[in-house]
Amino acid sequence: MLAFIIRRISQAFFVVVAMVVLVFFGTYVIGDPVWMMVPGDATQEQIEAVRRDFGFDQPVYVQFFKFLGDVLHGEFGRSYVHGSSAINLILDRMPATLELALAALILAVLIGIPLGLFAGLKPDHPASRSIMAVSILGFSLPTFWVGLMLIMLFSVMLGWLPATGRGPVVSIFGLETSMLSLEGWRHLFLPAINLALLKISLVIRLTRSGAREAALQDYVKFARAKGLSQQRIVGVHILKNILIPIVTVLGLEFGSLVAFSVVTETIFAWPGMGKLLLEAIQRLDRPLIVAYVMVVVLLFVTINLIVDILYSALDPRVRLTGTQS
Amino acid sequence: MSSPVLVVDNLATHFFTRDGVVKSVDGISFNVMPGEVLGLVGESGSGKSVTGFSIMGLIDPPGKIVSGSIRLNGEELVGRDDASMRKVRGKSLAMIFQDPMMTLNPVLRIDTQMMEAVQAHEAVSDKAARARSAAALAMVGIPAPEERLSAYPHQFSGGMRQRVAIAIALLHRPALIIADEPTTALDVTIQSQILSEVQRLCAESGTALVWITHDLAVVAGLADRVAVMYAGRIAEQGRVDDVLDRPLHPYTHGLIGSVPGAHLEGTRLHQIRGSTPSLGQLPPGCAFEPRCDRAGPACSTMPVISQASDGRAYRCFNPVPQQGVTA
Repeated sequence: MLAFIIRRISQAFFVVVAMVVLVFFGTYVIGDPVWMMVPGDATQEQIEAVRRDFGFDQPVYVQFFKFLGDVLHGEFGRSYVHGSSAINLILDRMPATLELALAALILAVLIGIPLGLFAGLKPDHPASRSIMAVSILGFSLPTFWVGLMLIMLFSVMLGWLPATGRGPVVSIFGLETSMLSLEGWRHLFLPAINLALLKISLVIRLTRSGAREAALQDYVKFARAKGLSQQRIVGVHILKNILIPIVTVLGLEFGSLVAFSVVTETIFAWPGMGKLLLEAIQRLDRPLIVAYVMVVVLLFVTINLIVDILYSALDPRVRLTGTQS
Repeated sequence: MSSPVLVVDNLATHFFTRDGVVKSVDGISFNVMPGEVLGLVGESGSGKSVTGFSIMGLIDPPGKIVSGSIRLNGEELVGRDDASMRKVRGKSLAMIFQDPMMTLNPVLRIDTQMMEAVQAHEAVSDKAARARSAAALAMVGIPAPEERLSAYPHQFSGGMRQRVAIAIALLHRPALIIADEPTTALDVTIQSQILSEVQRLCAESGTALVWITHDLAVVAGLADRVAVMYAGRIAEQGRVDDVLDRPLHPYTHGLIGSVPGAHLEGTRLHQIRGSTPSLGQLPPGCAFEPRCDRAGPACSTMPVISQASDGRAYRCFNPVPQQGVTA
């Protein structure tokens, strides 16, 4: 177990190094950020001065090693636009995004697994057919359109829920969250549903196919032959078997929820990292982009590690060893 | 004479598939006395497993028990709802399955799977349920049962897993165990161990046994009586020595004749010509008629069940003359 984790962390280190190189040169070739920073009527001398100030006049490899040195000190540079530390900007916005992603994940599990189990165990029931039809919609409708429709229905027409922004936040253990107040949840609900819709559909389909497969297994028949109740068979024997693929997929999906909630955050004016990234790309804010990608890489690596550990908890046949990973 | 523990009377289980009705079991009757071992023999698709699942009430749609009666200790099982059937399953009626690799849930520990079986029928504490489970494991010959309880199924060999399944079946000392080819998936050496183990345990607890198999040798060594199934019907049944030594039905006769070792060395092994008919389109008369050497004109109508001495019954117009089996 420990050997497995150490091996995983060392693998993660190489992933991070590769990403640093890719991201640095990737953003380097997009364009010259100087033009975004100087006013339109700046003179050639002013432009050169800015370029020198930021070190853009240096050869690219010099810039790279300077950047690398900063990274090793945990410093991704200052945002060109905001003037403050890029990594701090992201970390400031991260709780909002994590909160949104977590809410979406919880909704996906709470709604997706029961509906999927029902559809899987009673495949011919009319309700199961409706569930599957709706899940196809969930897959195919574009997020931005659903977001707009949600706002129109629940905020504009019915006036039940606020359309934009984050509710009042409470700080616990140094983390700010809006999940502890009713007003916070009122703000959180629409964006979370919007973000969760695709994941709900995914969980429904995964759970359904898993349940259909498991229901035919001999161990289910044997459990019935033991005289167990239906709740026990579904809730323990079937569910524990189908959780394995669901946990794997949801782990990866959680990463993408955090990293790519850009559209939802933009529509609902949610003050998360996604909006920050969008602005950074528009303004060629190189340090901010790099810092963002680094945070996302670390996030994915961490989630994958957690998923692997969860895996061994769920499936006793999986043993985490240092040699085979 | 005591009353039978199980009475199956004219049972018919059909499967309503897209390609028509498949009559997997079509009008079979047999009794099992307390402590008796009944061998239910037949080739694949003859309906022997479906018979077992029908008794357990584990026939799922599109399958359905369409007629007949199954009485366990005098109580009717056909037509019960799932809740009342559940009280019987695992309590007075237990089942052992064919493939021990598949019958235990791979993600649950042995103790979980045994204790839940105890607590499904009796309100006992976890501690008591665990002690009962350990005792049951010890009974089927698993060493260090206390420690093995905390293991997962994949840490057991196939034979050990089947022992665990048998232990689970015996937990509530059922009146009847249905064993659906429980030794087919095992090595021959393990097979004989399991066989003698089951025989001993059932004799000790007075549990009756319906042993479903295609292996005549197993039946010969284990069963008191045997019922030979062909295409969803019982071709003949009776005491195991009578049926195997002096078969009445041509199918049984052919089956015994095609076992290697029962014929003279150097001669060609006897075989039944043709192949098993599709259950969706059986001939109107005797299902064995197209393959039968003794078939006559009468055989295109359904033979009735004829009784012979010693509780023997067969379904044939032209039974094999009684002279012992020859190759």
